[in-house]
Amino acid sequence: MPHQWIPNSSPFIKKLLINAIGIKEVSDLFNDIPEDLIINRELNVGLGKPLSEFEVKRHFKQIISKNKVFSEPPPFTGGGICAHYVPSAVKSIISRGEFYSAYTPYQPEISQGILQALFEYQSLISELYGVDVVNASMYNGSTAAAEAIRMALRVNKRKRVLIPLNVNPEVYDVINTWSLGMEVSIERVGYDPQTGEVSITDLESKLKEGAVSSVYIESPNYFGCIEVRLREMIDLIHRYGALAIVNALPISLGVLESPGKLGADIVVGDAQSLGLGMNFGGPSAGILGVRDEKLVSQLPGRLIGATSDKNGKLGYAMILQTREQHIRRERATSNITTNSSLMAIASAVYLSLLGAEGIKKIGESILLRTYYAIKKLSVINDVKAPLFPEGKYFREVAIAVERGSYSDLHRKMLERGLLGGKYIGREFPELGEACIMCFTELHSKSDIDLLASHIATLLGGH
Amino acid sequence: MWRQANWDEKPIFKLSSYGKPTFLFSDTAEFEKEVGSADNLIPKVIARSEAPKIPNISEVEVIRHFTRLSQMSYGVDLGPVPLGSCTMKYNPKVCEELANDEGITDLHPYQDESTVQGILEILYLLQKWLAEITGMDECCLQPPAGASGEFTGALMIRKYHLDRGEGFRNEMIIPDNAHGSNPASAAMAGFKVVRIPTSNSGEVDLDALKAVLGDRTAGIMLTNPNTLGIFESRIVEIASEVHKVGGILYYDGANLNGILGIARPGDMGFDLVHLNVHKTFSAPHGGGGPGAGVICAKGELTDYLPVPNVGFDGTKYFLNYSKRKSIGKISQFYGNVIPLVKAFIYLLSLGPNIREVCEVAVLNTNYFIKLIDGVRGVSIPYGKGRFRKHEVVISFEDLLKDTGINAEEVAKALIDKGVYAPTIYFPLIVNEAHMIEFTESETMENIELYAKVYREIVEEAYKDPAKLRNCPENTSITRLDLGLANHPLTRSPDFKFLGRLKGAVRSDI
Repeated sequence: MPHQWIPNSSPFIKKLLINAIGIKEVSDLFNDIPEDLIINRELNVGLGKPLSEFEVKRHFKQIISKNKVFSEPPPFTGGGICAHYVPSAVKSIISRGEFYSAYTPYQPEISQGILQALFEYQSLISELYGVDVVNASMYNGSTAAAEAIRMALRVNKRKRVLIPLNVNPEVYDVINTWSLGMEVSIERVGYDPQTGEVSITDLESKLKEGAVSSVYIESPNYFGCIEVRLREMIDLIHRYGALAIVNALPISLGVLESPGKLGADIVVGDAQSLGLGMNFGGPSAGILGVRDEKLVSQLPGRLIGATSDKNGKLGYAMILQTREQHIRRERATSNITTNSSLMAIASAVYLSLLGAEGIKKIGESILLRTYYAIKKLSVINDVKAPLFPEGKYFREVAIAVERGSYSDLHRKMLERGLLGGKYIGREFPELGEACIMCFTELHSKSDIDLLASHIATLLGGH
Repeated sequence: MWRQANWDEKPIFKLSSYGKPTFLFSDTAEFEKEVGSADNLIPKVIARSEAPKIPNISEVEVIRHFTRLSQMSYGVDLGPVPLGSCTMKYNPKVCEELANDEGITDLHPYQDESTVQGILEILYLLQKWLAEITGMDECCLQPPAGASGEFTGALMIRKYHLDRGEGFRNEMIIPDNAHGSNPASAAMAGFKVVRIPTSNSGEVDLDALKAVLGDRTAGIMLTNPNTLGIFESRIVEIASEVHKVGGILYYDGANLNGILGIARPGDMGFDLVHLNVHKTFSAPHGGGGPGAGVICAKGELTDYLPVPNVGFDGTKYFLNYSKRKSIGKISQFYGNVIPLVKAFIYLLSLGPNIREVCEVAVLNTNYFIKLIDGVRGVSIPYGKGRFRKHEVVISFEDLLKDTGINAEEVAKALIDKGVYAPTIYFPLIVNEAHMIEFTESETMENIELYAKVYREIVEEAYKDPAKLRNCPENTSITRLDLGLANHPLTRSPDFKFLGRLKGAVRSDI
């Protein structure tokens, strides 16, 4: 049946093509497929017939009207993804067909714009993370973390990986799945119940056992706690000849020290906070970089480099492609092919809009809201806010209710139009009825006041 | 004559001489009044000591910069991008508009299921439709790209054998014409790759396959039609041989456009299938990503799918974590939802008419073959006289012998004439290869134009090859020095290393 997206589906053109090829009918082109494999019925796809564009729109809008978008107030839910503002300028740039309808820039001369934008992404992120080189993106923070661990195994050929218990369980699960294909033993490191930070004593005792390839640390960690003693930990890790992998939250790096400067060997991040939207969890972009350029040959994924054209003009191309699957096949550093270029470009536009000044400002603005929320929540009876009393927080905060169940409170908040924290009682039973809440530039003072007053009322039994 | 935009666009770090007002966020005074200054909230030891060297520029400068860069890029919205095995079809605008609705983009992944019934319904239906299209029992949308889907499949195969006490099965069989990501994914899952040759007919060499099958066989990764665009007509026999020794058949869905709506991997005997929604199902490639992958399984292997996928209990949709033997999570959350929604809208629009997609894509390939077959210097190796499906691989081996012009130089000449080049030097079994896939989106006129451009280039190669070596001239930049780009002393993968190019680059860096 002819369709607007299939130019040659007009019966007239189809006939021309059939005649030119010298066949009787289209099915002749498939005569090498065994007959019993040919589908002889209509597939059960869509609504059973083609729809016009406005029918599609109407049907789609009906379906998504069953979603509830929380904007008044924005979600207070944490867990690795939080509600952040997406500037219109970012949306506008990544809506350009010249960018989104392009393929990976295999022909650099005709793809300079995408290449330069990705080169700038790499350079902006490397500034933010304080490292030599960042690649052109991974899928998201979880796969960037898993790739970083694989990379460390290649670099030092050791077999033990240490992962603290205070990292994002979603990321841990991904690393764990990926490890099915690696010769590696993953061991967990405890956290301090007062600060929520990695227990340095436990870290050292596990490092002492030897053969540690890498230690993976998140800061702020899953509980929202800044790893204040990160430099000390990295020094310790280095003393045992292991590599330090640090997953840092990009939106925090205007106010928090860059992981590169603190000595992290491999840096990782999820770019969601840099103007990418929540997207029900994806797509995002994964940040992966190395402090020392020497490790660059072990980087997975695409890397853009500058060079000269034959007239001495500055240009850009994909470099070190011999690391990649299309050339190195089973000996490639990774199988990654499609990555997250458009999202990487979005975060480059975001960082360009903010500048060094804006990045610091937004960091401060999130930090202040985090502490204002802690102040308001901490005075509510039966709420333990923050859960780790000596922790230092950024954006996300672990909170517990000391009477009743969090799920109960959450449900009641939902009835009042508030999307509360991410319940973590299943992943961390030792923490009781706990959740992770999130406070960003989107939350006004009255949003936070509203949250606090609802929680106070609901727990007060009114 | 065609000319690409040629802006002299400086790196963003050098765009502006003076600091400008940057993006405005709301005032923080009311919070400072409550909790004091931000400086005091972070211990000195972990506070940023030195601001990142990111320039402060205004919004209009940012927009002009990136708009100019976009004009120096080339995608399907500008003209044909017939990259073989990449399926660069048109990205319908209705998919773009609807998938970017705030009703999707502003959803938090941990929202209560009762508040996301709409998106869960979309993902559930997409799983169903893709299972129907592939002939599989169940799908999971979590892999964020095709290669990730392959890796998922390879891990499922690994765990399946381990659970049966057959961890010794460590060999993954892969034909020599396979996509590079196949062996890379298999290796990541811990398998040894066993390569098998392609026969002259352009299909898997069955005798060679039988010779390597055995106790250690974990499975085989195949794409059908293969990368030569040829349908593996003995697939049922292949499947039975592999199954006989206890191996699993994995289908690489990169080439599904060649049989979409005509035949199904599930019916051929495949146990696992991955799909690239940014290929077959029209989601854009985004200049390299994000795409979305899908992994589908049959029978016992459905137990091994990643978690969660989306279930439906008759009244409501839910995230289903209840797979007993699941490999776990291959990536965070539920997949790349925005491209997945685009695929949903694409399938909702076409319905059972997806067969038309395949028919026209295959007509386009074979029409192009008619136009290019017999052109001097060009040959079509393997499977002589056989119809190709979604793509065709042509070789410039003779042209190289006759004129010294190689496949890459032909590609550069193509882009100089305003069309994107096909995939080159792939598959590896064809010398001086161009792998061409027009998809159903290309017009008859453009296919004829493409063939005409090829003929002109070949004529030029025989007449004046030196001229071709200067291509491209009409793009925003001329031929790039890749030696310089990759050399350890001049390599500049970051703005701060640009100084290494002093001397080679004439402009101020």
